[in-house]
Amino acid sequence: MSTTSLMIVGVGGQGALLASKLLGRLLMGEGYDVKISEVHGMSQRGGSVVTYVRFGDKVYSPIIDKGEADYIVSFEKIEAARYISNLKKGGCVVVNTQQIDPMPVIIGAAEYPESILDELRAKDVDIDAIDALSLAVEAGSPKAVNIVLMGRLAKRFNIPYEKWIEAIKNSVAPKFIEMNLKAFELGYNA
Amino acid sequence: MIGNEAVARGLYEAGVGVMSSYPGTPSTEITEFEAKYDEVYCEWAPNEKVAMEAAFGASLAGVRSACAMKHVGLNVAADPLFTISYTGVNAGMVICVADDPGMHSSQNEQDSRHYAIAAKLPMLEPADSTEALRFAKEAFKLSERFDAPFFIRMCTRIAHSQSAVETGERTCSAKPYVKDPAKYIMMPANAKKRHPVVEQRTLDLTEFAETCDLNREEYGDGEIGIITSGTCYQYVKEIFGDSVSVLKLGMINPLPIRRIKDFSAKVKKLYVIEELDPIIETHCKNIGVEVIGKELFTNIGEFSQGYIAAQLGMPEKACVSADTAIPNRPPMMCAGCPHRGMYYVLAKNKITVLGDIGCYTLGAVPPLNALDMTLCMGASVSGLHGFNKALGAESEGKTVCVIGDSTFMHSGMTGLVNIAYNGSNSTVIILDNSITGMTGHQQNPTTGYNIKGDPASKVSLEAFCSAIGIRRVRVVDPYNLDECEKAVKEELAANEPSVIISRRPCVLLKSVKAKPALKVDADKCRSCKKCMKFGCPAISIKNGKARIDATLCVGCEVCMQLCPFDAIGR
Repeated sequence: MSTTSLMIVGVGGQGALLASKLLGRLLMGEGYDVKISEVHGMSQRGGSVVTYVRFGDKVYSPIIDKGEADYIVSFEKIEAARYISNLKKGGCVVVNTQQIDPMPVIIGAAEYPESILDELRAKDVDIDAIDALSLAVEAGSPKAVNIVLMGRLAKRFNIPYEKWIEAIKNSVAPKFIEMNLKAFELGYNA
Repeated sequence: MIGNEAVARGLYEAGVGVMSSYPGTPSTEITEFEAKYDEVYCEWAPNEKVAMEAAFGASLAGVRSACAMKHVGLNVAADPLFTISYTGVNAGMVICVADDPGMHSSQNEQDSRHYAIAAKLPMLEPADSTEALRFAKEAFKLSERFDAPFFIRMCTRIAHSQSAVETGERTCSAKPYVKDPAKYIMMPANAKKRHPVVEQRTLDLTEFAETCDLNREEYGDGEIGIITSGTCYQYVKEIFGDSVSVLKLGMINPLPIRRIKDFSAKVKKLYVIEELDPIIETHCKNIGVEVIGKELFTNIGEFSQGYIAAQLGMPEKACVSADTAIPNRPPMMCAGCPHRGMYYVLAKNKITVLGDIGCYTLGAVPPLNALDMTLCMGASVSGLHGFNKALGAESEGKTVCVIGDSTFMHSGMTGLVNIAYNGSNSTVIILDNSITGMTGHQQNPTTGYNIKGDPASKVSLEAFCSAIGIRRVRVVDPYNLDECEKAVKEELAANEPSVIISRRPCVLLKSVKAKPALKVDADKCRSCKKCMKFGCPAISIKNGKARIDATLCVGCEVCMQLCPFDAIGR
């Protein structure tokens, strides 16, 4: 199988690490060669963060370049747009409609492009937008946004539902399993 | 495993007994993972020089040892490095150094390979986690065989990329310590005898590079050949698969000669693809092999498969882009960050601030714009001394430096000794958040805990400053703006050196409990935007009124002190 490329983008502290850990576990379990790449350090502090997940028979590069991503999972609205040039033609974007103002917007130096997703849809980009924050809160914690989005992504993956459930159980602390399973289900059925 | 964990595993399997490091992105996790193995003694040293010397001491004693640091940390450790090259080792010694092309989290993008060449030491460079484990393990064996410490060079994309590895068992072998003054006492008479040994060793290592399996040829067609290493190898394979010929170098110093000539003879067009400086390219040209290198591939920043393909004239992949400008999302100090209060006071009073390396470098960005300079670890303190010696009374009353607790221990304290000893009327502010913050919460000598989280001896900053002769030392709470402002004004006015310790633990520490979020009373808010001046990410203006994001606010109450209309409360 040729390599599939997936990007997880968002704001530092939104839980991309757990999402990539979950995907890594799931995909390795399916027998794929997997590479996951992220950047630590300065960029974590509330900045824009990106994680690359690539899997297939044999994966070489750990990063994803322009026009290469089959999927972009975005934890925040404008972060999806920031990395949109990485999306392959025909690729899809699963995006949380949550809006987190970056500092230039907070201090009034820039404007938040509210209708950015419509602009991308007009360019024929496959945008799957859900209010993952509300669903996460419904599941029991605003921190479960990552798992809600994984649920949404799972619909587009050719991997059995039970395998996802198993991977979640193995990736989160026992006391959070139930809440995360609910978050996953809500995302999957949204 | 991420590459750094794989290095740690390789060191572990090879029987490393002692590891000493100073944290620095992207090298930090090597030591953090090593510390999880109970059989290995691990520590955070105050700086990289101390770490390397501690590792050398362990090697001298007969125990395999390692140290890890980021590229700029190697500058700090350069002094012992160049002479350990002369003494060689007893038990094997591995120096892990992580470069940061693209400067994701660094102040420059120097190329560590220059150090290997300058110090005449061997350097290995893995291209994924599997190789990271294997090379780290192999490095100990080779270190003992060639009587030299071995470098493992990482870069961000190898250090922080995960791929599957196969682990093995740990085997340990200690060597006896035998007194050998001619080898280990580097005074001129002995060092003169060691230098030829070093030169011969480089010849031996070069011969080893000609045949070792750390380097490998992968022959495709005879049209194009590419010499590469590390992460660039992955980009090349991503583009070409097995269609072109590749000489993949796992040992990047010293480089082979015959092997490169043989490879070049089998291809029509030869490229060298390497990030940062033209090290391999220069070697090829020196041995008379014609290559295409930096005229095509820049020595600035990171590469990627797309970049390399584009430089080779291949078509770009189709993609869409947004027409609307997407506002930047720069990193910033967290809501409730204790540094913010002090920075607000400094910015408000228009004070010149010489800064240092850590989270608090983020005080440089809008709206605080509080910093004037950031250079390297410790430079704020020594720089302030020089600044004040140059300008005297003109700058003394309106210039300070800021430095974190860990950075102060690293190399700020020697600068403070200079201030005390050579008497500059300087005001030093230690931003003590009781942890090494930017690299992800490592303990340091001021925290009272060691790398394993066990209680340890704790350096008292107050006692230290007093002991070196600073008479004016005071502690303030950066959540109390009036207290900070009073201290800054008084210490700047004082006619002698002074230290202000701005003390409050990092809000991200698990031991720090957030207070309930604050709220804005919209009726009282008059939209003066004063609360927007200190750059808290939890505060924004919505419909003309200030609003506090309850999920971000930790209830630090600094904004309450700024509001002239008492509009902020619980």
